[in-house]
Amino acid sequence: MYTFAVYVEDRPGVLNRVSSLFRRRNFNIMSLAVGHSETPGVSRMTVVVQTDPGGAQRIQAHLYKLIHVISVEDISHRPAVFRDLALIKVAAARESRPEILQLAEVFGARVVDVAPASVVLEMAGSEAKIDGLLDVLRPYGVLEMVRTGRVAMSRGQGSGTERTTTGSAAAMPVAVGVTYTV
Amino acid sequence: MKLTGAQILWDCLVREGVTDVFGYPGGAILPAYDAMLDYPIRHILVRHEQGATHMADGYARASGRVGVAIATSGPGATNMVTGIATAMLDSSPIVCITGQVGSRLIGSDAFQEIDITGITLPITKHNYLVTRAEDVAPAVREAFLIAKSGRPGPVLIDITKDAQQSSCEFDWEAAAPSTPGWRAVPEAPASALAQAAALLNEAQRPVILAGHGVMISGAMAQLLALAERAQIPVAQTLLGIGGMPASHPLNIGMMGMHGEAWVNHAIQEADLLIAAGMRFDDRVTGNLKTYAPNARKIHIEIDPSEINKNVAVDVALIGDLMDVLNRLLPSVARGNRDAWLKHIGSIKGDAAVLDIQTLPDDGHLYAAHVINDLWRATRGSDTIVVTDVGQHQMWEAQYYHHESPRSLITSGGLGTMGFAVPAAIGAKRARPEAEVWAIVGDGGFQMTMCELATAVQDGIEIKVAIINNGYLGMVRQWQEFFYERRYAATPLTGPDFVKLAEAFGIKGIGVTNRAGVLPAVDAARTHGGPVVVDFRVEQEDTVYPMVPAGADLHAMIRRPSPIVETGADH
Repeated sequence: MYTFAVYVEDRPGVLNRVSSLFRRRNFNIMSLAVGHSETPGVSRMTVVVQTDPGGAQRIQAHLYKLIHVISVEDISHRPAVFRDLALIKVAAARESRPEILQLAEVFGARVVDVAPASVVLEMAGSEAKIDGLLDVLRPYGVLEMVRTGRVAMSRGQGSGTERTTTGSAAAMPVAVGVTYTV
Repeated sequence: MKLTGAQILWDCLVREGVTDVFGYPGGAILPAYDAMLDYPIRHILVRHEQGATHMADGYARASGRVGVAIATSGPGATNMVTGIATAMLDSSPIVCITGQVGSRLIGSDAFQEIDITGITLPITKHNYLVTRAEDVAPAVREAFLIAKSGRPGPVLIDITKDAQQSSCEFDWEAAAPSTPGWRAVPEAPASALAQAAALLNEAQRPVILAGHGVMISGAMAQLLALAERAQIPVAQTLLGIGGMPASHPLNIGMMGMHGEAWVNHAIQEADLLIAAGMRFDDRVTGNLKTYAPNARKIHIEIDPSEINKNVAVDVALIGDLMDVLNRLLPSVARGNRDAWLKHIGSIKGDAAVLDIQTLPDDGHLYAAHVINDLWRATRGSDTIVVTDVGQHQMWEAQYYHHESPRSLITSGGLGTMGFAVPAAIGAKRARPEAEVWAIVGDGGFQMTMCELATAVQDGIEIKVAIINNGYLGMVRQWQEFFYERRYAATPLTGPDFVKLAEAFGIKGIGVTNRAGVLPAVDAARTHGGPVVVDFRVEQEDTVYPMVPAGADLHAMIRRPSPIVETGADH
């Protein structure tokens, strides 16, 4: 699985251009999250794709051919923070509610809504951790769920745009079979 | 200076150096057409918008300049799709301008409204929906930059009717492209160049694979210098033909599915391939698992997404071909590869004797003869041949020997039937001094023959050679080889093409035997206007050699004795 942080111009149709590229080139998107970045007018996408190293390289090269793509960073194998956000509505009758709240606390989930027969939990964390919470909640009855998909950021100093402004060259395989980096 | 969006459009086109546009008017593009009359632009009225895109494409390929096509919204725009895809697959720089319904109607399924930017998303380098007059100039300037830079390709600009009609201040300088995502062509690093040079200098059996990139980059002299200095044979892709003179002793010919046997064998036996501006298309590699198994590979390519796409390479030199070769050449040692060249010469020998050209006239007219005679007649002159798609296209590649770049224009990647006649019209407009021949099958001709009227109305002197065999010949050939000669839907009738030409008001000539070929070609060449020559050739002729789709490149169906195989005896 590969994770890309993609900076794009915040313009109509950009999401379509990016997603259409993955479809056209027969890459399967596992998740895609879009939002504002640190720079006004620039959006940041986190794209998770199932592919091999060669495919990952070509994805970057293809993305760079899109005029509205500013930079691409492959953070799959870099020290990075990966987070998914989930809202989970669980059936919570009076007798099971204490157990659910206890589980939520163990997993670090927050209770954001309480209704007579259900609670809504909010959890941010790695996908695996959220999956873990879901596993233990399922017996109580998960009524509704929404997840953002992975968002990611590499650890350490510097901004994403700085790291990748020379990105077009960085993404290009120079001597293949020898090394992919510049 | 206040101008309407329509005026800004033409002002920008003129400033971009556009002299000819190929188009068809309609409701949503009417404001632009009205403004056009006030600008020094020649508009060629096509008969179908697909023709406009092929003409722009032919114009671009003949000249290297950006070709421009214009159409209205809805069906006008969708008719352009095939031509845009053709240009995309063959990296041809064209700009297509379409009208769009008023911006307030977008999304309402208004009359002749279609989402053409959505439709053309995967077949353009980039496209624009322009809804304000202010955005016209930046879009046009950026479109031209994108179309011709890097790996060229088509760009579409969809302009709403109100954006054409409303006015704004026009400032050419302020509209200069400033998009942060636009990237200059990368430069191959010195380390990779050194690796490539080392591989080159130690290779015993190298082959250069020259593609369309040679022409696009203008790297003909550098290619020649590399081949001559290191004594490396050069094979071409279909679109690479013309990048090196066919008569040059180091030019071994076309590779791939219908490439010559010795060329494909040379590739399979090579210890080094230098791919220069080509993309290892499946039509040139055959089975990838057995492709050039003993060869190291150097890939010189401007588009990084092509690296390792089909064939894993040892060294990738990403950049403009001319620049890369200029920087590579000083480290390339002068070579002596006589043994290798002699070996290729020896495998060439046995294939050449089976060639149809070596056989005596048996009274039948073969397409190979027609094309070879046309080559003889036009040899040494400034001639552009534009072909359609199918058997005649392959015979052209085999039997017309191109000495100069941009002298063969053909739809390679998309394989678009109907391309030849309109693309020839575009090529003639780009290079009026050149003689332009469209070589086309009777199938493809009938797809876009309406454009003959365009040639007549605009006085565009193209010569059309119809290779008329009464079949969709290449499909028939596949049926013959792979479908037990079950000719499903390949027998094809057509009108009397000579009469048809006359109905269009142009000269028509019919030819049925070899003796008639040269006189007809001469008559066509000396006639001052468009001409159609209907060559009624052998019906069940076959293109040899052939690598079946997906087969090993060396597993060719070779030429048998053509007299027997073509069924001429019965």
